[in-house]
Amino acid sequence: MLQFDQVSKSYPGGFVALDRISFRLEKGEMAFLTGHSGAGKSTLLKLISLIERPSAGRVLINDIELSRIKRSQIPFVRRDVGIIFQNHRLLMNHTVFDNVALPLVIEGFTGKEMVKRVHAALDKVGLLDKVRCLPATLSGGEQQRVGIARAVVNKPPLLLADEPTGNLDPDLSKDTMRVFEAFNQVGVSVLVATHDLGLVARMKYRTLTLKHGRMINDGLLQYQEPV
Amino acid sequence: MSILFTGRATGAAAKKISLLRRFIMFWLNHARQAVASLGELWRTPSASILTIAVLGVSLTLPATLHLLVKNMQQISSSFTQAAEISLYIREQTPDNQVQSLVAILQADRDISQVIFVSKQQAMTEFQEISGFGAALNYLDSNPLPDVIRVLPKNTAPEAAQLLLKRLSNERIVDFAKLDIDWLTRLNAIVSMLQQAVAIIALLLLSAVLLIVGNTIRLSIMNKKDEIEVMKLVGATDAFIQRPFLYTGVWFGIFGGLLAFLVVELMLWWLQGAISNVTALYQSDFSLMAMSFQEFIGLLIIAVLLGLAGSYLSVRRHISAIEPTGP
Repeated sequence: MLQFDQVSKSYPGGFVALDRISFRLEKGEMAFLTGHSGAGKSTLLKLISLIERPSAGRVLINDIELSRIKRSQIPFVRRDVGIIFQNHRLLMNHTVFDNVALPLVIEGFTGKEMVKRVHAALDKVGLLDKVRCLPATLSGGEQQRVGIARAVVNKPPLLLADEPTGNLDPDLSKDTMRVFEAFNQVGVSVLVATHDLGLVARMKYRTLTLKHGRMINDGLLQYQEPV
Repeated sequence: MSILFTGRATGAAAKKISLLRRFIMFWLNHARQAVASLGELWRTPSASILTIAVLGVSLTLPATLHLLVKNMQQISSSFTQAAEISLYIREQTPDNQVQSLVAILQADRDISQVIFVSKQQAMTEFQEISGFGAALNYLDSNPLPDVIRVLPKNTAPEAAQLLLKRLSNERIVDFAKLDIDWLTRLNAIVSMLQQAVAIIALLLLSAVLLIVGNTIRLSIMNKKDEIEVMKLVGATDAFIQRPFLYTGVWFGIFGGLLAFLVVELMLWWLQGAISNVTALYQSDFSLMAMSFQEFIGLLIIAVLLGLAGSYLSVRRHISAIEPTGP
């Protein structure tokens, strides 16, 4: 479903963020993307969400090349890809409900159908009781989960997460990963970028490891708990 | 429909909503966004009031100038109506010749009205108005001539001039007089004023355009983060720019209303002073206020300017904001 074919990305000034990356993510598959900061994880996610375009190579979703997508079509592609951001990117002066409802409003949902879906999404992340709160009154973990609810509220077939556990304590991190697992089990393809190697090793999913823009490992990560 | 995932129905289209319902929802959505934009203005009252005040003043000036020109035209047109030719009859012309000329003039197609003022009538009139009264009785003879006053059918200066030439050729007419120079001068001044007003109005209206454009630009910059988030979750530019366009429309409506109120207030204020002046000139001139059509026109112009100003701004700035990454 998601395919990278010899993708490179270099920025003006000669910095090579990604160097000939190739991999496939199948429908309904869940995978981790790891590597040190600066290894190219964010760049890779940006190529999928069309924030950046590759310098060379092809990115395909369902065999459709993203470089063929016109500027005016980008919003419609992004509706098919749920994105979860490290810094949440919530609208701070709108309620939790409004934040989660945003993708639905954009797609033209109104009334009962919208309310139903928003409540369902918030229920999945366990925040149904905070529906009328402002994001600023929530904890970091709760804000992260509002971001997750917003990413899944219109049931996208592909879910991307960039350091979703970046600011969370280990227990909350585990809970967050469980939420992703739950979505994966209903058929959503999930790609999670994280540098929390311990968590990745324990979860036992396919792991793509980047180092200086190159793919150095694709498969289960062998990891020893530090003594 | 989704571009990438064939068969994945997205959005409200997935619900198979009837065409009528979708039509209603379309307008309902627009109304909702309009109200939301109004609420946005309400939440930043001081900034909104300042902008509206500037717009109001900028619109008041062209509206006032328009009224000024309208009233000037009213005055000058009442003068044009009175483009009257006076025919002074030679002395010692027999009465029957004068009467036959009056009859000929009455039959003339170019003339709408003929008034004969005999020298006796003129004298009594003069006695009444001038205040010399009995003093005039000491004159040996009446020095005033008979006069035929002629109103031309076509009151334009050129046509009246032609008629004047023709009538002054009559044998018994000593000389004919049409005070037309001041009329052409007045017409020239009015048309000059009209053009000056048009230029000033154009300048002030473009000021409105720029003010709205700049205000909207600032509010776009203030909401940069929000716009980035909306773009990241798949909002089209059209969706993002709609609230800003509505804000422009509201600015237009409120600015137009304010301009109308200020103009009305100004007229009310000036009414007393103007009626004093007109009373001194024994004129029945009354100040013309803004008609309902002009009020609606003012509002429409204000709204269109607000919309155009915000459109110029959103077109440039919203597409320039691109999310920089997750």
